[in-house]
Amino acid sequence: MLHLDHLCLTEPGFSLGADWSVPKGARVAIIGPSGAGKSTLLNAIAGFVTPASGRILWEGADLAGKAPGERPLTILFQDQNLFPHLTVEQNLALGLSPRLKPTSAQLAQVADALRRTGLDGLGQRRPAQLSGGQAGRAALARALLRARPMLLLDEPFAALGPALKQEMLALVGEVAAETGATVMMVTHDPKDAQGFADLTVLVADGVAHPPQETTALFANPPQALRDYLG
Amino acid sequence: MKASILALGFACLANMAAADTPVLTVLTYDSFVAEWGPGPAVEKAFEADCGCDLKFVPAGDGAALLSRVQMEGAASEADVVLGIDTSLTAAAKATGLFAPHGQTWANNLPVPYADADFVPYDWGWFAMVYDKTKVTTVPKSFGELAASDLRIVIQDPRSSTPGLGLLLWVKAAYGDKAKDVWTALADNIVTVTPGWSEAYGLFTEGEADMVLSYTTSPAYHLIAEQDDSKAAALFDEGHYMQVEVAGKLAATDQPELADKFLAFIGSDAFQSTIATTNWMYPAVTPKDGLPEGFDRFRPAKSLLLPADEAAAVRDAALAEWQAALSK
Amino acid sequence: MRGVAGVASVAAPAVALCVVLLTLGTALVVGAGAGRFWPQPADWAALRFTLVQAALSSALSCLLAVPVARGLARRRFAGRGALISLMGAPFLLPVIVAVLGLLAVFGRGGVVNDALALLGLPRLSIYGMHGVVLAHVFLNLPLATRMLLMGWQAIPAERFRLAASLGMPAPALFRHLEWPMLRAVLPGAAVVIFAICLASFAVALTLGGGPGATTVELAIYQALRFDYDPARAAALALIQFALGAGAVALGWAVLAAPAFGAGLGRRIDLLPPKGWRRVVDGLAISLAAGFLLLPLGAVVLRGLGGLGDLPAGLGMAVMRSVGVALASTAVTMAAALVLALAVARRAKGARAFDAVAVLPLAVSGLVLGTGLFLTLRPWVRAEDVALPVTVMVNALLSLPYAYRLLLPEARVLHADYDRLAASLGLSGVARLRWVTLPRLARPLGFGAGVAAALSMGDLGVITLFAGESGATLPLYVHRLMGAYRMEAAAGAALVLVAASFALFALFDGMGRRAAP
Repeated sequence: MLHLDHLCLTEPGFSLGADWSVPKGARVAIIGPSGAGKSTLLNAIAGFVTPASGRILWEGADLAGKAPGERPLTILFQDQNLFPHLTVEQNLALGLSPRLKPTSAQLAQVADALRRTGLDGLGQRRPAQLSGGQAGRAALARALLRARPMLLLDEPFAALGPALKQEMLALVGEVAAETGATVMMVTHDPKDAQGFADLTVLVADGVAHPPQETTALFANPPQALRDYLG
Repeated sequence: MKASILALGFACLANMAAADTPVLTVLTYDSFVAEWGPGPAVEKAFEADCGCDLKFVPAGDGAALLSRVQMEGAASEADVVLGIDTSLTAAAKATGLFAPHGQTWANNLPVPYADADFVPYDWGWFAMVYDKTKVTTVPKSFGELAASDLRIVIQDPRSSTPGLGLLLWVKAAYGDKAKDVWTALADNIVTVTPGWSEAYGLFTEGEADMVLSYTTSPAYHLIAEQDDSKAAALFDEGHYMQVEVAGKLAATDQPELADKFLAFIGSDAFQSTIATTNWMYPAVTPKDGLPEGFDRFRPAKSLLLPADEAAAVRDAALAEWQAALSK
Repeated sequence: MRGVAGVASVAAPAVALCVVLLTLGTALVVGAGAGRFWPQPADWAALRFTLVQAALSSALSCLLAVPVARGLARRRFAGRGALISLMGAPFLLPVIVAVLGLLAVFGRGGVVNDALALLGLPRLSIYGMHGVVLAHVFLNLPLATRMLLMGWQAIPAERFRLAASLGMPAPALFRHLEWPMLRAVLPGAAVVIFAICLASFAVALTLGGGPGATTVELAIYQALRFDYDPARAAALALIQFALGAGAVALGWAVLAAPAFGAGLGRRIDLLPPKGWRRVVDGLAISLAAGFLLLPLGAVVLRGLGGLGDLPAGLGMAVMRSVGVALASTAVTMAAALVLALAVARRAKGARAFDAVAVLPLAVSGLVLGTGLFLTLRPWVRAEDVALPVTVMVNALLSLPYAYRLLLPEARVLHADYDRLAASLGLSGVARLRWVTLPRLARPLGFGAGVAAALSMGDLGVITLFAGESGATLPLYVHRLMGAYRMEAAAGAALVLVAASFALFALFDGMGRRAAP
C-alpha cells in the first residue's frame, strides 16, 4: 500500500497537498489541468522532489532519505527514458545491473523481455534508430525487468497516436499484471483514465484528491473535474 | 637473479662513493649549462683534479640569477654564483651574501677591473650588429645612427642585461645629454624586446637593420656558420663593456672548494673554453690566443662605469629612457 | 547517486581548496613580510595599456570568431575536420615562435608587405598597439572559434529542424536559436581571452614597439627578477589579479545558461542557407584559414631548415615535456571534471567552485612560480621538484579552459539524464563509466588536448626550478635561441609544435571517436 501521509509539496508559486493511500496492485490515473502538480506528485514519490512536510510510505516504511534508485518503483518520464549513446540491450540491462555488468542469465532475461515487448532483434540498435512506439516499448521492457512494486508513468506515451497509445497501455497492463505492480499514471486524457484505471486521483486547486472509483467519478464529476473536462 | 643482486651491490657502492665526494654547487644562468655552452667542458676539466662533484644549477637568465640568490638567502645550497654582470654587482654586494674571493690572478681586461668580492671570467663590448650585405653606410656614432633611417631593435633594460648595458652605455658616453640621444634614437627603434634572443631573432628575420648585441657576435657566424656577412659598427664614443663575474657565497659549506674553483676560473683550462662556447672574450687571454674573428672589431675606447656609479645612475637613466621612448 | 554525490561532495571542495591555495596562497607568500607599496605613475600607465590591449584583443577575437564558427558549423566540405583541427594550432604555439611566424607574414619582409610593395603601396609596420592586438587575435581566435563551434553543435539538431519546418527566416533563427547560444558562450570566451591577454608579456613588449607597450606582467617581471622587490611584485600581482577577477565577475553578470532541452542525439545535417550567405560563410572560413595558417606555414618552413641541425639533447627534452604534459593533463581533467559535475549538479558551494575554477586565469605565472619556490625552498632542492612542480602549475593554469569546456555539456547531461540515472540506481564508478564519460567524451577529449598542448608550450615556471639536465622542450628552444642558434631553435620549435599538435589531435580525436 502506498500511503501519502499529510504530504505537502511546495515550489515557488505552487503548493500541493495529499493525504490518502492507494491499495497494492491498483491502477490509478492522475488527472487534472496542466500546471496543477501531477508530475510534481509523481516526482515526489520517485524521490526527485523533497516534501515540505508529511511522509510517503510504502508498505508502512517511510521512503524519505531513500535515493530514487533505491525506491520500490520504476518511473517513466515524458522523454529521456533511454540513454542515446547506449544500445537498446544496454539500456535494458541497466534495469538489472546498474553497473552494467550483466551476467549471462541477465542477458537472457533481457532478450526475453525484448521478445515479449515485440523488440526482437533490435537489441543492438541505438535509441535514435527506434520509432516512438519502439522506444516506449523498450522503456516498458526495462520496467518489466526491474519488476518493482510500483510503476509510475509521467505521460510517457503522450506523443504517440491513439492506436499506438492503446497498445502501450495494454502492454503496461500486462507488465503490471505480471509484476503485480501498483500503477500510477499521469494523463490529461479522460479516455486513458476510463479505459485503464480503476481508481482516479483528481489534482486541482492545490489538492490531490483521494482516489475514487473511475467510473463513479466520471459518472458524477465534481465541479473541478467538470471545469477541466469542459 | 645473481646478476641483478650484483648490479644492486655495485649501485650501492657507487652511491656510497658519490656520497663521500664533496659537491660544489655553482648557481649560474641558463645558457652556461646548455650542452653547447661552457658548462660541460668546465665541469669535466675541474672535476679532473678537484676530487669533487661540480654541479651547475641554472636559474633562468642573467637578470634572474641575482634575484634567485636573494630569494634563497643564507639558506642557499649554492657555493659559488657565476654570471652576474657589472651593472648588478653593486646590488649583489649590498645583499651581504657574498664573501671576499682572495684571488690574486691577473686579468687582462681593456680597462682595469678589480673587486674584492667578484672575479671576472669573461667580458665583451656591446655593439650594434648588422648585415654587411644590407647596410652600406655604417654609422660611426649614436648621433649618426639617430640621423640615419636605419631601423634597430634593442632590449628592455627592465628585463635584460644587454638592455641595461645599452642604457649605461649612453649614460657613460653622454651623461646629462643622454636623454637627447634617446629622443633622437626613438624613431630608429623598431621595437624593444624582453630579452636578447627575441631581439636577435627579429634581426635574423630581417625585421631590423641592426641589433644590440656584442662585437663578438660576427665571430660566431664566421666560426660556427662560415658566414662572413655580419659585422659590428664601431662608435667613436667608445663601447660599453659587459664584464661577467663570479663570487663565493659567505654561507658556503665548501669554502676551500669554492676558492679552488675561483682560482680555476683564472686558469687556461677554463679560459680557453669561453670564447667559442659563451662567445665572449675570456678574462685572461688563453695561451693559444683568441679564435679567428675575435680581433676584427676592437673599439678604440672602452667604457665601464664603476659598479656603485652604475647602480646610482640606473633609476634616473631608466626614467629618462622610458620618457623619451614612450612618446 | 549518493555514492557519486558522496565522493564528489568531498572531492569538489578539496580541489577548490587546492586551487585557492596555489593561486592566492602563493601571492600571499610573495607579499608576506614585505613593506607597504603604492603603485607609481609608470605602473598606472602599464595598467592602462594592459587593459586597453586586452579588451581590444578579446573583443576582436570573439567578434571575428562568430562568422567563422557559424560557417564551420553549417557547411560541409572536404577537409573540414582537418581545417578545424589545424586552425586550433596557433593557440598552442610558444609565444616567441608564434611572433616569428606572424612576422614572416606581416613583418617588414613579410608576404603582406611584399605584396603591398608590388602594388606600389607603402609598407605597413606591425609594431604598435595594432601589432599587439593582431598577435593576440592570431593566438586566441582559434580558442574563441572552437568555443563557439561547440556552442553551435550543442544546439540540438531537432531545434534547427523545428525552425526550418516553421519556415523561420534567418533573422528569427538567429534571435531564437543562435543568439541565446551566443549569449551563453560569448561572455565566457571573452573573459578567458581577456584574462590571457592581461598576462601577456613577451608579445606585448616585442610587438608593442617600445616601453609605452609595458604590461603589468612585465612590471612584475622587473620587480621579481631585476630588482627583487617582492612587495612591489605582490602588489602588482594583486592588481592584475583584481583585473582578472573583475573581468570574470563581469562575464558572470551577463552569462546566461542556454536551455534548449535534450535532443535525441540524432545526427541531422543542417540544411545550410544558400545564396549570398554561402558566399559570406566561404569568405569567413577562407579568410580565417589564411590568417591562421599562413604564419603557421612560415613556422613549419623555418623549422624544416633547422631540423638537420638539432643537438642530441633534444630527445630527452621531448620525452620530459611529453611526460609533464601527460601528467598535468590527467590532473587537470580530473579536477575540471570534479568541479564541472559539482557545479552542474548545483551542489553546495557551486557558485564558489564556479569562481574558483577560473581563478587561475587571473594569476600571474611569475608570481605563482616565485611563491611556490619560496614555499618549497626550505624543504626541498628546487631542481629535485622541478618536474612535479611544473606538472602542478601547468595543470593549474590549464584548469580554467578544461573546466569551461566541460561545464555546458555537464549541465546538459545533468538536465537530461540525471533523473533517469538516479531512478535506475546508476551510481559511482558505473555512472562515470556508462553515462558521464561517454556523454562528455567530446569536451573531455578536446579539453585534454588543450591542456596537454598548453603544458607542452609553457615555460613559465620551469626556468626557476629546472636543474642542470631538467630542461623541457620550450626551455630548450629558448636556450638554443640564446646561443645564436636561430635555425636549430626554429627546428626545435617545429618539433615542439608537432609534438603539441600531435598530443592535441590524439586527445581530441579520442574524444570525438568516443562521443556517441
